[in-house]
Amino acid sequence: MGQFFNNYLIDPLAFWADLPENYWLGYVVAALIQCVILLNVVAVGALFFIWLERKVSGRIQDRLGPTRVGGRFGWLQTLADGLKLLTKEDLTPENADPLLFRAAPYVSFAASFAAYLALPFSNGWVAWDVNVAVFFILAVMGIEVFGVILAGYSSGSKWSLFGAMREAAQVVSYEVPLGLCVVIPVLICGTMNLITIGNMQAGLFTNWLLFHDPFTFCVFFVYFTCATASVNRAPFDLAEAESELVAGFHTEYSGLRWSFFFMAEYGSMFAVSGLAAILFFGGWNGPIPIFHWLGWANSENWYLLQIANLFGALNFVFKAVLGVTLMMWARWTLPRLRIDQVMTTCLKYCVPLAAICFIGVVLWQLYYPWWFINDIHLNGWAKPFAHRSEVREPWVLQIERESPPVRTGVTNRSGEAASSPRDQVRLGALGVSSRLLVERAEGGVR
Amino acid sequence: MVPLVAQITVSHYLVVGAVLFVTGAVCMATKRNILGVLMGVELVLNGANVNFIAFGSPFLREHHLGLDGQLIAVFVIVLAAAEAAVALAIALNFYNNHTTIDVDRAEDLKG
Amino acid sequence: MIPSITDWHSFFFYLFATVTCVFALAVLFATNIVRMAFYLIISLGASAGLFILAGAEFLGVMQLMIYVGGTLVLLVFGVMLTAQERFISMKTRGGEWVMAAIVGGALLVLLVQTAFSIDDWTAPRADLSAVSAIETQTATRLGLGLLGIRPDQAEEADPVLRQGMSGYLLLFEIVSVHLLVVLIGAAYLARSKRVTSLARAAEMRR
Repeated sequence: MGQFFNNYLIDPLAFWADLPENYWLGYVVAALIQCVILLNVVAVGALFFIWLERKVSGRIQDRLGPTRVGGRFGWLQTLADGLKLLTKEDLTPENADPLLFRAAPYVSFAASFAAYLALPFSNGWVAWDVNVAVFFILAVMGIEVFGVILAGYSSGSKWSLFGAMREAAQVVSYEVPLGLCVVIPVLICGTMNLITIGNMQAGLFTNWLLFHDPFTFCVFFVYFTCATASVNRAPFDLAEAESELVAGFHTEYSGLRWSFFFMAEYGSMFAVSGLAAILFFGGWNGPIPIFHWLGWANSENWYLLQIANLFGALNFVFKAVLGVTLMMWARWTLPRLRIDQVMTTCLKYCVPLAAICFIGVVLWQLYYPWWFINDIHLNGWAKPFAHRSEVREPWVLQIERESPPVRTGVTNRSGEAASSPRDQVRLGALGVSSRLLVERAEGGVR
Repeated sequence: MVPLVAQITVSHYLVVGAVLFVTGAVCMATKRNILGVLMGVELVLNGANVNFIAFGSPFLREHHLGLDGQLIAVFVIVLAAAEAAVALAIALNFYNNHTTIDVDRAEDLKG
Repeated sequence: MIPSITDWHSFFFYLFATVTCVFALAVLFATNIVRMAFYLIISLGASAGLFILAGAEFLGVMQLMIYVGGTLVLLVFGVMLTAQERFISMKTRGGEWVMAAIVGGALLVLLVQTAFSIDDWTAPRADLSAVSAIETQTATRLGLGLLGIRPDQAEEADPVLRQGMSGYLLLFEIVSVHLLVVLIGAAYLARSKRVTSLARAAEMRR
């Protein structure tokens, strides 16, 4: 948990206030600052996205959307709406279970917010640099459905209950193809650390995993469909189908609690789009690696590095917002599916497609077509960086710095005597592809 | 040594595991709702998992179980999921056949 | 390697442990089945925090994913499918509570006493700085363990002992097949049926 707190903030604080090193207050302040920043990303992000949704829907329906509030473009419209929501009466229906009714929006929002804990915005800009970040994000996004189920159940209204039941069935089903899709980039990179996955795609845009092979190209679209379904956006928004269920699971909610559901929805939209950006679109790496050519992206100079990271973060946010806009476009273009069609899409199309792509990627990794232009085979000016398998998780680099290994044994696959047990340990820890590892293990461990 | 300021040891984790286990066991014994019984089972399995993790943690003990503790916990979680699916199917079947989920009413086999 | 982790480890341990235990007890004492499910979510989520705290990040996240995200959604689904007024709150009789309290209390005392009875368990690890990152970042090694390779025990000097540490490949296969069987079996058991004559008779009797 030591990584949880940003080291940069503690030491200056301790210095100014003449406190002992690693004083607890420094950690708490650092944690609070990070919390506030992230909370603002989610809240302000939701404000922005609601405005964007109105503009996009307006344009798609051939009208203007908000134009007046805040001068031009109606950019303050959401804030005005928010103020209106604050003044609304906070109702609890008579049949409701008061405790669960009150808790449900917070469950939803907390789950959506927790995903940002492990979502890196740029190289190293993450609250919790966890080894299993992809898995963590998927897991907490799966918890969000609980808020919806509890809301639907505790409202004491049949519309809400129907909405919640649909949501439960839908989200549980769509977690299967979503998981399969996410596994594919993880398989290619050999790590679940999002920062490492992002760094592996540094360079020209041909390095992005989307262009790794035809199967990853296909699987991105499956991922996007499943992600749209798992965050309950149209055409999969059966949980709040307003033409049948009034407003679905949040029929009985009003005021601030209702807005928490909205913030959760937009928060998780941004999170899944951000995940797509990192897994398939190179994350914070732009299409042209300007900062790598300048040498800033891996500079020793802290300031240059952070400037490069700042532009990386802008890149990342741009890609994620693009994803969210795409979801809005889909929402205002496609009609809502029926519940059986939703299930058919999941079980008969998404799951088989994802499974075929998975097998395809596995075969591709094993029998690599040598003529295919791919990430690592561009040489010269397009490839100023390390081989993909040389990009390591941060802690591995730290270990290697502390005690340099005899050899990493990844690039050099043939010949040479069996490595020492110590090397085997390292190999096991380094996250090399399992095939190489099995070959190595046959020589060493048995 | 005041236990509240002492460094965390395996025993602390074991106490949490024990509380979860006993709560789950009592839950299984006292609940009449079949789904409540199922929740008791989940608590018991979770209590066991806490113990495995504690014994496998390198932060708590020098001679820890290592990966074995975590691997066993993986299997416990997976099997718990399988068990929950089957138990739920049985519960739904029971509900379909007897229109109740009170386990005390399941007495057809009583001689 | 990991500076002053102890203070924060204790703090978060007590936080998560309290939440876990309090909400586990809440599960026991709640009568409303939906609230029980809600408390169970919080309890299991907090114990995922305990796992992460103990260095098992993968396990903690797996707990969130499978237990909280999968199993409990299933449970809540079951609750909803069977939710009727008379099943929401089912009270336990007083005598059962007394019996359960006696047995459970005795078991708890026994377990807690055992937990503190072995010296090796009660002594904290002295050299926390000796914990290397290899030991704490376990996701890859867990995967390898499931494939039948145990990188953590490759340094075992005795070749005979090393043969016995072949990992968990067979177990993994068995569990996979088991899961498949369970999937099919559960789907078969829970398929929709017409109401049988037995159930109708039971309804009449009531």
